[in-house]
Amino acid sequence: MTTAATTVVDAKPAKPATMAQALGRALRDAMAEDPTVHVMGEDVGALGGVFRVTDGLVKEFGEDRVTDTPLAEAGILGTAVGMAMYGLRPVVEMQFDAFAYPAFEQLISHVARMRNRTRGAMPMPMVIRVPYGGGIGGVEHHSDSSEAYYMATPGLHVVTPATVEDAYGLMRAAIASDDPVVFLEPKRLYWSKAAWSPEAPTAVEPIGRAVVRRSGRSATLITYGPSLPVCMEAAEAAEAEGWDLEVVDLRSLVPFDDETVAASVRRTGRAVVVHESTGFGGPGGEIAARVTERCFHHLEAPVLRVAGFDIPYPPPMLERHHLPGVDRVLDAVARLQWEAGS
Amino acid sequence: MKKSTMTVRPVQDLSGAAAYRPTPPPAWKPRTDPAPLLPDSEPHRVLGTDAAARLDAGLMRRLYAELVRGRRYNAQATALTKQGRLAVYPSSTGQEACEVAAALVLEERDWLFPSYRDTLAAVVRGLDPVQALTLLRGDWHTGYDPREHRIAPLCTPLATQLPHAVGLAHAARLKGDDVVALAMVGDGGTSEGDFHEALNFAAVWKAPVVFLVQNNGFAISVPLAKQTAAPSLAHKAVGYGMPGRLVDGNDAAAVHEVLAEAVERARRGGGPTLVEAVTYRIEAHTNADDATRYRGDAEVEAWRAHDPVQLLERELLERGMLDEDGVREAREAAETMAARLRDRMNADPVLDPMDLFAHVYAEKTAQLREQEALLRAELDAEDER
Ligand SMILES: Cc1ncc(C[n+]2csc(CCOP(=O)(O)OP(=O)(O)O)c2C)c(N)n1
Repeated sequence: MTTAATTVVDAKPAKPATMAQALGRALRDAMAEDPTVHVMGEDVGALGGVFRVTDGLVKEFGEDRVTDTPLAEAGILGTAVGMAMYGLRPVVEMQFDAFAYPAFEQLISHVARMRNRTRGAMPMPMVIRVPYGGGIGGVEHHSDSSEAYYMATPGLHVVTPATVEDAYGLMRAAIASDDPVVFLEPKRLYWSKAAWSPEAPTAVEPIGRAVVRRSGRSATLITYGPSLPVCMEAAEAAEAEGWDLEVVDLRSLVPFDDETVAASVRRTGRAVVVHESTGFGGPGGEIAARVTERCFHHLEAPVLRVAGFDIPYPPPMLERHHLPGVDRVLDAVARLQWEAGS
Repeated sequence: MKKSTMTVRPVQDLSGAAAYRPTPPPAWKPRTDPAPLLPDSEPHRVLGTDAAARLDAGLMRRLYAELVRGRRYNAQATALTKQGRLAVYPSSTGQEACEVAAALVLEERDWLFPSYRDTLAAVVRGLDPVQALTLLRGDWHTGYDPREHRIAPLCTPLATQLPHAVGLAHAARLKGDDVVALAMVGDGGTSEGDFHEALNFAAVWKAPVVFLVQNNGFAISVPLAKQTAAPSLAHKAVGYGMPGRLVDGNDAAAVHEVLAEAVERARRGGGPTLVEAVTYRIEAHTNADDATRYRGDAEVEAWRAHDPVQLLERELLERGMLDEDGVREAREAAETMAARLRDRMNADPVLDPMDLFAHVYAEKTAQLREQEALLRAELDAEDER
């Protein structure tokens, strides 16, 4: 994996920036540096995308490099395949999680396996940006967490930032990657802010590294994307109960950072996986199995999962009952007081 | 090279390529002369032309009353978004003629397949306005029984309802029922693969379907010119082997006429029709959209001057098919509808969170029962607090 080297220059006082702005800035910087980077999708031009992530790009780079496509996801991704074959690095936007589904044929049958079927002769360097997840009151088909589908497809990288800094860094790394990256953007964190200076962007780590966001000794919360703030809050709240929780932000679901995760669980002896996509057949099952395989003798309790219910994403007025919140995480933490036979 | 041989030639034969003399291909004719399938070069109009003299006064008054109510409905629903009573509303202001005609042209046994912008068509077809708005308010995805009203769920993923319409119409025909399905889609939606597949199936199966494209100029921010290079969207029909019709989407009489012909044709076994109604989206895409980023006021004003409600009103007044009393009555009925809608939407919907588990499967899985118990316990704990 190539790593985009960003030099950290003299830090100016950082102003608050949103995750959406940081993503846009990453696209801009990548396009400025590398003329093969193209941005395309529905409404990415004059409108700047429905979340304004691509705001201003068309003015700076023109319509040949920032293209409002016809409204056809299979077409968008299919033409991106051809563009990548000819040496470009397309960054395509799927407007919402559930609207990426028409493109699955291209993604699964071609994007994901082109390198493999051509014995390495034809890699597919591209980024597929997918705003995902709930918590924004979106109507039907606007809140799916589709990461499990992507994770189940060999050949794709799957990453998701939870912080403004990571949004920038991961996007730069994703664009620099010689393999296709499904870049899941947590919708409800688009407007989350952090002091972050575009003049001093975050050094880019290679894709595939998890990070410990909070260290603790009594249990590990393993999470990513939209559930990170939930876990951080739960960890604060758990202090009152005498729990000293460690929080691991995966950042990358594929490749999976077994090392960081297992090291944490070996230290704490207990783990809860937290995400909002469904529990059954969801990412948590894979993660719990990997942790168990690596840390069996260190575990004081089974690895638990706190996930969305196994239901189609509910209407906005009921989504608060579906999304795993702080209380559900704390309940799981309480259940880590495992006693054999209980 | 001999002309009609079907045997596979060994590769070496290619060495004779130098001696190759092109021969004309075997005679071939398109199976259908495209001419009858091609749309007119101008959108069909009735209002403001001599044809208006032949209008059915009763039908026109009905169309008019529904247009006035529809305009008021759009305004009321938009106001409800500002009051936080509706999460989002994709207004069909400016497009009411299409919405109303689509609903009125169908018989009770027929089916309507609307997109997310077509709440109004569903309401005109008789659906309770509050039920029609549940998707957009956010209390449930589809607030009605599609079978009861023969209205498919308001469809959010673009163009995906079109193959459903074809399948339903096909099934009805297989059963011997003379049911027609009318499916609505936007100009942007015509770029989706599902649009093409639906049209192709419909034509091959001669399914009794009418496709109504409301070409309102934009797919969110993307203008039609970036959506298609075809002369018109109606022209796409010919490639599938069905007629394409182009109609002024703001002329309620014309839209009704064209759709009525298409429905009638489908009903007698003549197969599908693609109708493109040329109209304009007066409001932004939804209340969450900023239309100033992609279009200017002058364009919007030009279309305001071609307003569907005024077009019909003026024609009917001039021809004596409507009088001032009729206008007042229609407006009063619209106000009554709006007031009632406002009142009902101002009441908080009563929701049962346990419904989350009620309709995932015919029978709950063990996992769902566990999750149901978890939520029940949480809700009980909330109540105790
Ligand atoms: C498959 C799919 N992709 C993207 C979207 C997001 N989206 C919602 S409405 C819209 C524009 C639709 O334009 P058009 O078909 O012209 O219908 P209009 O909104 O103008 O009625 C887009 C891109 C969607 N709903 N479904």
